[in-house]
Amino acid sequence: MEKEKIISILEEVMDPEIPVLSIADLGILRGVEILENEIRVTVTPTYSGCPAMDTIQEDIRSILLKNGFDKVKINLVLSPAWTSEWMTDSGREKLEAFGIAAPALNHSCTMAGTGTDEPGHCPLCHSENIEMISRFGSTACKALYRCLDCREPFDYFKCH
Amino acid sequence: MLSAYLIQLADNALILGHRNSEWTGHGPVLEQDIALSNIALDLIGQSRNLYQLAASRMNTLSPEKEPVTEDDLAYLREAPDFKNVVLLEQPNGDWAKTILRQFYFSRFQLLQFRDLLNSKDADLAAIAEKSIKEIRYHVKWSSEWVCRLGDGTTESHTRMLNALEELNPLVAELFTTTDYELAAATGGWGTDPASLQPDWLQAVNATLQTATLPLYRDEKKPALLLSGKNGFHSEHLGFILAEMQFLQRAYPGCDW
Repeated sequence: MEKEKIISILEEVMDPEIPVLSIADLGILRGVEILENEIRVTVTPTYSGCPAMDTIQEDIRSILLKNGFDKVKINLVLSPAWTSEWMTDSGREKLEAFGIAAPALNHSCTMAGTGTDEPGHCPLCHSENIEMISRFGSTACKALYRCLDCREPFDYFKCH
Repeated sequence: MLSAYLIQLADNALILGHRNSEWTGHGPVLEQDIALSNIALDLIGQSRNLYQLAASRMNTLSPEKEPVTEDDLAYLREAPDFKNVVLLEQPNGDWAKTILRQFYFSRFQLLQFRDLLNSKDADLAAIAEKSIKEIRYHVKWSSEWVCRLGDGTTESHTRMLNALEELNPLVAELFTTTDYELAAATGGWGTDPASLQPDWLQAVNATLQTATLPLYRDEKKPALLLSGKNGFHSEHLGFILAEMQFLQRAYPGCDW
């Protein structure tokens, strides 16, 4: 019961760079363990140099402290490596509603993947008539596209 | 030997990451400025993971010594202690030279980290697993640019030819095996870089051909007496370290 409570508290920790997504939506919250003397929270970074990781760790500590849990250990793991496939369905919906195209599915991000790493449609007008502007966008996890119908540029959360 | 090997991997990533970060605010167009800054971020993130691992292994091996940290390794070593290849410390030059250097290195790093996925050191294998996804993207981006510049205008083609002339003599060092790399390969936690050369050559030349550029020819022996992997660097590394390490040396332990 306590574990469920902690998980629901942690669902309020948002990615500081995409403030509509929680760490659970993103799939970077990998586990919560209740040990005798401490709570161990396991998280994994999206990218090796993700600058949001330090803030996320601080946010996890402070929200748990606010809820009365003061002995918290944060365990940072690299393997298995995070993939955009771990983003939840509700995370994908929130992302699109925020104006960022959700990552393509069909394992196009894995080594053996055959799919294409492209957004399906413009998150604003839903047109499929789009083109890439740049492989890199405002953060490491995004690329920049534009819609050829509504003419708006938009971010695409890359397959990874 | 393990720590020397880990430090070599980390130094390559840090020095190229630092060079790429010099483009931040100076890219030819905003989107590409951002691209190179993001690649710099990936590389510096990878180096940080590798320095943390090296520090932890060093501290386990020598418990009697003062413990070292990732920051000691990045900010408090002198140029002869750095083990990055000379290719990566070269000044950025123009966009063509920066692109070619990234392309050559990402192609190499992809093969190297592919082998490290099977490292006996589970922590090193985890870093490889994490990094390789980023490297694949760097390969994609830099290959596209090599083709765009090589098969572009007369001006961009000429600039790529100049970049090839400047950087090709520095490539052989990537595939020259040092004692610690051999020990790493024999021990099962590293890879012998010489074994990566055939695959590298094939992949690089396929792109150079598409880019209508002259193919890379193996020159068998390094054209340089320098060996960054053994601490014998070009003059450029000292200038990088002077800028990168200034703050930690002037204000030891400073944090923000």
